[in-house]
Amino acid sequence: MNKIWIIAVRELRTFFDSLTAYVLIIAFLGLSGFFTWLFGSDIFLIGQATLQPFFSVAYWTLFFFTPALTMRMLAEENKTGTIELLLTKAVTDWQVILGKFLACLMLISIALALTLPYYLSVWSLGPIDHGSVWCGYLGLILMSTAYISIGLFTSSITNNQIVAFLLSLFIGAFFLIIFNVLSSNFTGPVGEIFSYLSLSSHFDSISRGVIDSKDVIFFLSVSTFGLILAELSLSKRNIID
Amino acid sequence: MSIVVENLIKQYGPQKAVDDISFSVNTGEIVGFLGPNGAGKTTTMKIITCFMAPTSGNVLVNGQSVLADKEKIKKKIGYLPENNPLYYDMPVMEYLEFAGALQGISRDKLQDKIADMIHTCGLNEEKHKNIGELSKGYRQRVGLAQALIHDPEILILDEPTSGLDPNQITEIRKLIKQIGKEKTVILSTHILPEVEATCDRILIINNGKIVADGTPDTLRKQSQGNEVLKVQISDAGNRDEIISALQTLDALRMVDPVTGSVDTFILESIPGSNSRRAVFNLCVQKKWALTEMTPVETKLEDIFRELTTD
Repeated sequence: MNKIWIIAVRELRTFFDSLTAYVLIIAFLGLSGFFTWLFGSDIFLIGQATLQPFFSVAYWTLFFFTPALTMRMLAEENKTGTIELLLTKAVTDWQVILGKFLACLMLISIALALTLPYYLSVWSLGPIDHGSVWCGYLGLILMSTAYISIGLFTSSITNNQIVAFLLSLFIGAFFLIIFNVLSSNFTGPVGEIFSYLSLSSHFDSISRGVIDSKDVIFFLSVSTFGLILAELSLSKRNIID
Repeated sequence: MSIVVENLIKQYGPQKAVDDISFSVNTGEIVGFLGPNGAGKTTTMKIITCFMAPTSGNVLVNGQSVLADKEKIKKKIGYLPENNPLYYDMPVMEYLEFAGALQGISRDKLQDKIADMIHTCGLNEEKHKNIGELSKGYRQRVGLAQALIHDPEILILDEPTSGLDPNQITEIRKLIKQIGKEKTVILSTHILPEVEATCDRILIINNGKIVADGTPDTLRKQSQGNEVLKVQISDAGNRDEIISALQTLDALRMVDPVTGSVDTFILESIPGSNSRRAVFNLCVQKKWALTEMTPVETKLEDIFRELTTD
């Protein structure tokens, strides 16, 4: 645990040193603030004390921003060769993967925490359903863990950050849109499988305030699967062939 | 802390980068890995440092196998990879702190260790800069500092002096020698004087196989065979007279005047014999002044070239 924390703190520091963190936070707050308060189906248009508009914007912004965070995580280390330096220290491959995962998750959590003033403002405007707000945040964090794991995996298989970014957007798009579309085209068990794989249905029910273990398990299994793949691709140098 | 390499093979596709290498390194030895580019030096080092698994064979570090006890082994090894990869966007101090913490140095000792490394590696003036802003020589020192920070018993350095200026090279070599008194060091290089200056033992690798193993002296003796002398004889009449006189000596196989000089000769003895005394006696007898007599040693370069060209 200690080693994971050391790696996570270093990565987080690098985010802030390289301005990535600031750019991400500003862009995230700007975009989500704009669509939550000023434009489209914003809070004033809906006329309800709810953070639903924010959650549906964040649902999209995180889809684009998370791959941007994860793309350099392993791809850059592969490219510059620092991965060799890192993995010959007294750490396991898992500690490296989890440390990087934790760093991304912490940064996204910081960005989400900075939107808490939205919550307080809406609260002051009218009676808000506290439960559904916290569930919405939980949904966003669970969704981020899935994207981060996918991003770490794509970052681990290449030494080109752009490739890593695009690949993880591509895989993310399957969960975000494509499985959803497919599920409406198929009937029976196949349609149900696609519907289960679609991220939107799981996110929708959580952000409405319904925490079903089925949804939580879905996000956690996507994350775990992504992390396992990332670990496998990192350790394939060890395969005795 | 000993390293035993047993029948190591590493295959990349159809090509064998390391082909059945076995050797062992004892505590306190400084071993130089020598070989042309692509000979398998770096691959061997990557396997010893647990970065890569071998295709077959094993490496035992202090009796522990790289296939099983990776974590324990990694803790004991300090490694400077080829091309010295570093996080260029990190400040020197922060990076050393990171490296030290990962190697399990406790928090209260970490600052002392860092200060110690900064001092040993001469990084004091640069310690607050980002690594990316440093010159190549200083980056190399940071690389050494991160390898040494946890006081490892084994030090593995892949081309530690590449790209440094002569002063820096001398300093790094001195540092390695000093460190090597207590630690087991394996360093790879293709700079030959470097091995002679720093190493107790040389392993020459070519095409994934070990082609020579021994101290610089034994390697030289092996490849040399006959004694070769360079002599300068003054106050003697003409050159032909000297040559014919020298040719009468039984111990000499060949007398070869050095072109461009009147009184210098290269003398090769017959195998297994020593001609120095005879040459000296001849000069005394003829009242010639023997102004120079130097044994000509085979250079390490020659051995290297002989062993690594097909």
